Amino acid sequence: MNILFHIGRYFEFLGHVFGRPERMSLYGRRVAEEVDQLGVKSLGIVALLSVFMGAVITIQTASNIDAAWIPDYVVGFTARQSVILEFSPTIISLILAGKVGSNIAAEVGTMRVKEQIDALDIMGVNSASYLILPKIVAAMLINPFLIVISMFLSIFGGWVVSGLTGVVAPNAYIQGLQWDFDPFTVTYALIKTVVFAFIITSVAAYHGYHTQGGALEVGRSSTTAVVFSSVVILIANYMLTQLLLI
Amino acid sequence: MIEVIGLSKRFGTTQVLSDITATFAQGVVNQVIGKSGSGKSVLAKCIVGLHRPDEGRVLYDGRPFHELDLADKRTIRQEIGMLFQSAALFDSMTVLDNVMFPLRMFAGMTVAEMEKRARFCLERVNIVGKDVLFPAELSGGMQKRVGIARAIAMNPKYLFCDEPNSGLDPQTSILIDELIKEITEEYGTTTIVITHDMNSVIETGQNILFLHTGRCWWTGDREALLASDNEELKAFVFASELMRQARKGLLGSV
Ligand SMILES: Nc1ncnc2c1ncn2[C@@H]1O[C@H](COP(=O)(O)OP(=O)(O)OP(=O)(O)O)[C@@H](O)[C@H]1O
Ligand SMILES: [Mg+2]
Repeated sequence: MNILFHIGRYFEFLGHVFGRPERMSLYGRRVAEEVDQLGVKSLGIVALLSVFMGAVITIQTASNIDAAWIPDYVVGFTARQSVILEFSPTIISLILAGKVGSNIAAEVGTMRVKEQIDALDIMGVNSASYLILPKIVAAMLINPFLIVISMFLSIFGGWVVSGLTGVVAPNAYIQGLQWDFDPFTVTYALIKTVVFAFIITSVAAYHGYHTQGGALEVGRSSTTAVVFSSVVILIANYMLTQLLLI
Repeated sequence: MIEVIGLSKRFGTTQVLSDITATFAQGVVNQVIGKSGSGKSVLAKCIVGLHRPDEGRVLYDGRPFHELDLADKRTIRQEIGMLFQSAALFDSMTVLDNVMFPLRMFAGMTVAEMEKRARFCLERVNIVGKDVLFPAELSGGMQKRVGIARAIAMNPKYLFCDEPNSGLDPQTSILIDELIKEITEEYGTTTIVITHDMNSVIETGQNILFLHTGRCWWTGDREALLASDNEELKAFVFASELMRQARKGLLGSV
């Protein structure tokens, strides 16, 4: 019942977000601000996570494949597939749902409880569109770049660790990276990324926009935003995978 | 002119406003007074459409606001200036950008013209040299004044001020009252001021509405207020000894 209420109100909210915008010229600047806020400022954490996770994936894969008849380069191949198919698009998006999603819900929620959204509405501005649309557009534009960077850095992390620990020979690792490469896996990953970017920003903004009360409720919206967007990402991940890979 | 007809509003089971009927005249500062929690802010928000009334109509110069579609509502809203009780300045923008915001959205001016207009409005509320500060760097009273500057930036036809002088010193408070009066008379604005400041009510009241238990309990001007023998009104306005003394003095002189 509760879920149905949220779903209904979410789509109504999207109707407002994609409703008539006021000044198209202002939107360009807002999108640029949000690209900086949501994308560029997430670069550090994404880079750090990717290098370390790439290293860990490589070590784990290598230590699990110890049958003599499996060639060494399979480690590189498996690491590449894990990173491109799942780690970068899904896990990094889940991390961004935590970072960016809570940020958006808190910002929009604060504007709501401090009557700033009312102030926009009073002026005759479409507040949902003015505040939220630039965030959605910015994330859908910038997240694919973040994810591609994450893919490179994860694979790089694996390469570094192969050299450092010798769990697999670096040139076998590189040979594995090039083995049986299907460019569609990247397309699939980027499609997921763009969908997840939409989910993160719109679900978080939805929760922020409908905050009622004060500072306490803003905190609560922020938490719910992260939980909801993560769950929706997981469901969408399953559906997209079934749709695109089978 | 704004007419409110039979307006009621409840939240859950609490009836906040019941059957309010009132007329707010053009070119006059209309004041709404009443105890804390009596529904003054809710009334203002119902009139501007931030809350949807359960019953009743609101006419802006004959245009029934709540019956219009979204596009027509926005047209009326662009003619409304509103100062919120909490000022509601945009945290992420400087003082100057806050005042320029409605101009940027709707005025179609060049940047230089917008800055000029914004500075002019800021000067009128006595905020000078604070252009680049952010709202968090201002005192509460200064935020209120920037809020007024933003509300008048577009030369609104309808001006709503929710407690414009709470948190201000008596001197600035009088200045703000005079400013609102000046703007109202100069531009023929329909102005609704919600206030706790009995000083300004007794001094300038032309059309006063007293809200009590969610009803429009009493209306009149300052002379009628002084002479009224409505118990609840007297208990509210002349709560302090000073006010009772003032009343005696003023009644003697009329
Ligand atoms: N969004 C809301 N949801 C539920 N109840 C509300 C809401 N807004 C106001 N109320 C209730 O309506 C009543 C009137 O509130 P309102 O803010 O209009 O008072 P007020 O007259 O402006 O008081 P003050 O002078 O203290 O500002 C209060 O009892 C308040 O609890
Ligand atoms: Mg109030």
